[in-house]
Amino acid sequence: MRKLNLKTMKKTTREELITFAMVILVYIVMQILLKTGHVSSLLEGLLVPMCVYSLVAIGLNLCVGYLGELSLGHAGFMCVGAFTGAFVSKLLRDSVQSDLLLFLLALAAGIIMASVFGFLIAVPVLRLKGDYLAIVTLAFGEIIKNIVNVLYVAKDDGGIHFAFSDPKKMNFDDSNGIWLINGAKGINRIPNLSGFTIGIVMILVALFLVYNLVNSRSGRAIMAIRDNNIAAESVGINITKYKLMAFTVSAAIAGAGGVLYAHNLSTVTATPTNFGYNMSIMILVFVVLGGMGSLRGSVISAVLLTLLPEVLRGLKDYRMLIYSIVLIAMMLFNWAPKSIEWRKRIAGKLQKTKEIKKEEA
Amino acid sequence: MKKFNKALSAVVASAMVLSMAACGGNAADSNSQAASSAAGSNTEQSGTGAAFVIGGIGPLTGGAAIYGTAAMNGAQIAVDEINAAGGINGAQIKFLKEDDQHDPEKSINAYNSLKDQGMQILMGTVTSTPCVAVADKTAADGMFELTPSASSTDVIVNDNVFQVCFTDPNQGAKSAEYISDKKLATKIGIIYDSSDVYSSGIKDTFVKMAPEKGLEIVAEEAFTADSKTDFSTQLQKCQSAGAELVFMPFYYTEASIVLTQANGMGYAPIFFGVDGMDGILGAENFDTKLAEGLYMLTPFAADATDEATVKFVDAYQKSYGETPIQFAADAYDAIYIIKAAIEQANVTPDQSVKEIGDALKSTITTIKYDGITGSNMTWDASGEVSKAPMAIIIKDGAYASVE
Repeated sequence: MRKLNLKTMKKTTREELITFAMVILVYIVMQILLKTGHVSSLLEGLLVPMCVYSLVAIGLNLCVGYLGELSLGHAGFMCVGAFTGAFVSKLLRDSVQSDLLLFLLALAAGIIMASVFGFLIAVPVLRLKGDYLAIVTLAFGEIIKNIVNVLYVAKDDGGIHFAFSDPKKMNFDDSNGIWLINGAKGINRIPNLSGFTIGIVMILVALFLVYNLVNSRSGRAIMAIRDNNIAAESVGINITKYKLMAFTVSAAIAGAGGVLYAHNLSTVTATPTNFGYNMSIMILVFVVLGGMGSLRGSVISAVLLTLLPEVLRGLKDYRMLIYSIVLIAMMLFNWAPKSIEWRKRIAGKLQKTKEIKKEEA
Repeated sequence: MKKFNKALSAVVASAMVLSMAACGGNAADSNSQAASSAAGSNTEQSGTGAAFVIGGIGPLTGGAAIYGTAAMNGAQIAVDEINAAGGINGAQIKFLKEDDQHDPEKSINAYNSLKDQGMQILMGTVTSTPCVAVADKTAADGMFELTPSASSTDVIVNDNVFQVCFTDPNQGAKSAEYISDKKLATKIGIIYDSSDVYSSGIKDTFVKMAPEKGLEIVAEEAFTADSKTDFSTQLQKCQSAGAELVFMPFYYTEASIVLTQANGMGYAPIFFGVDGMDGILGAENFDTKLAEGLYMLTPFAADATDEATVKFVDAYQKSYGETPIQFAADAYDAIYIIKAAIEQANVTPDQSVKEIGDALKSTITTIKYDGITGSNMTWDASGEVSKAPMAIIIKDGAYASVE
C-alpha cells in the first residue's frame, strides 16, 4: 500500500510532526484558557476523558489500522489496566507519598498486566482471522468484565485476603481493614492522580511509540502481513511474531488508557456501559471514523466524539438522536466514495484557483 | 481484506443502531419538559429576583431511565408545589436536571454541566455507582448533596452527602430481621444480581445477619446483568434445596420474570423483595395475579391513605399519567428536606455554594422531617437516614400495608 521511497518517508515524517505539533498546540491553548478561567467546568472535566479515549483509539488503530485485525476486546484491556492500576494505587497509597510516583507505579502495573493479557489472548486468537478474531476478542472482553465482578480482595493487618465469588470464605472483617476490590462494587475511593498534563504526556509517548514502531522494520513487516498474509510469509516474515508484537503493544496502550480512566473517577466498576462491548465498539468507531492507519485521525475523532454528546446537552432528550445522526453524516462525509470524489474535486478546484492566482500575480 | 471490511462495516452499523436505541423510550418525558419549562418561566416572573438553583442528576436515557425519570418527575412536582406556595423563605427554586445514563463518567459531566448553569445544591444522583464518583466532586466543591435513592454506603463517605433512602446493608439487615420476627420462614433461598452494587450489597448483609436471626440459607444463586432473562436454574436450585422463602434483592423487571417462571414450574414459596420491587404491578407483560402474596420492604406505598401521599400520587398522575414509584417519592421528599434544611439554616440564594453547603450539612442533623417515604426522618453526621421501614404485601392486585 505504501511506497517506501525517500520521498514518501519525508512525507510521513512531516505528518508525524504535524500530529505532535497539533497535540502540543491544543495543550498550550487549553492551559492558557484554563489559567485565565475561560473554560467551563464541563469542558474542564472532559479533558482527561478525551485523553483516555484518544489513547485507547491510538492503541486500537495499531491493531485495526496497521495490523489489519479487527479487535472488539479493547474495552477488556482497558478494564484490566483500570483495575490493576486502581488496585496498585490503593494498595500503596499509605506507603508512597508522591502522587506522581504512585501514578507511575500504577501505570506501570496496568501496562504490564494489560500486555500480559494481550499476549496470552493473542497466542491462540491470532490463529484466527477477520470475523472469527472479532468474535473471540469480543468474548474475551466479556469474560474479563465478569471475572472482575466476582473478584474480592481486601487488606487488613493480617495481610491480603482474596476470594472468588464468595466473600464469606475470606474471613475478613471490614471493621479493621479496607476493601481493595469488592466484587460488583468494584474499587472505590481511588486517589485522583490523573490530570490533563499527565494525559497529554501519555498521548505524546504513545504517538511516539506507535509512529516509531510502524516506521521501523517491524512496522513494515506488520503492514506487509495486513496487505497480504501469504506474500509476507513467502518472503520470510515471521507472521506470528509480528502479529503478537502489534497486538501486545496495542493492548498495552489500551491498558494505559484504562489506568488514566480509573484515576480520573473515584470509582471503577465493570459494567456493560464502561467496559462492555459497547465501549469496544465506540473505540472502533473512533478509529474507523478517524481513518484506519491514521493516528492523528484517531485522536481527532476520539476528541470530537467525546465532546459531541456533552456539548449537545442543551438539546435535552434529542441529543442522543442528533449525536447518532451526526455520526452517520460524518462517516458518510469521510468514507463514502462519492463524498471522497467530491472532496477531491473541490480540493482540485481550490488548487487550480490558487495556481491561477499565482500566475496572475 | 474484503471480508475484514465487511465485518467492520457490520460492526460499525450495529454501533449506530445501538446508540440510536439508547435514546428510545422517552416519550413520556417530553411532557415533563414542557411542564418544567413552564414552571421555569413562572419562577422568573414571580420570584423576588434571587432563586435557589437545585440540580438533579439521574439516568434519563438508557437502561435505568425509568428510575431517573421518575425521580426527576417527583422532584419537579415538589418544586412546583413549593414555588406555587411562595418558595423557600420567599426565594423561588430553579430546578435543573441532567442525564447521566447511569454511568459515573457521564455523571461527572452532568455535574460539571449543572455547575456551569449555576447549581447551588445537588439533589442526586439517583443511582449508586455514579453517585460515588460525583460525591467526590461535590466534596471538593463543598456543595451540599442529598441523594434520593443512591443506597450504597460508599456514597456517604464524604461529610457533605446525605441519603433519603435506606442504605443497602440496612435493607439487608432489616429484611432478615423482619422475616425472622414475623416467622415467615426459616429456610431461605436467595437469588441476586452479582453484577449490581445494590443487589449484592443487600445480599451481603442479609447473609451476614441470617444466622443471628435463626435463618438458614439453603441456596445462594447469582445472575448478572448479561443473563437476566432466564432464572429457571436458580429457581430449581432453590426448590431442590427446600427453600420456603425466596429473597429477591433486585429490581421488579427481573422479579416479574422470576415470578412467571416459578409459576410455570409449580414452585410457590413466599417471595420477599426490597424497595426495588416497588413498581412490579406496573411491569410490562406481567400477569399481576402471580405477584399475589409477594412481600416487599419499602418505604413508600402508592396506595397509602394519608393526606400527603394521596396529594402526591394525585399530582403525579395528573402530570405524568402513571402511578409514581418509590424513586419519585424519594426525590419528592428530597426537595422538601432541602427546603426544611434551608429554612432552618436561614441561608439565602446569594451565598456561595460552599457557604450554603457548610450551613446545610450541619443543619440537616438537627431537623426532623415527616415525609411520604417515612415519618420522623432524622440524619446523623454520617449521612445515613434513620426511619422505620414498612412492609407491604400484594393483596387482590394492589399494594397493601401488612399491619
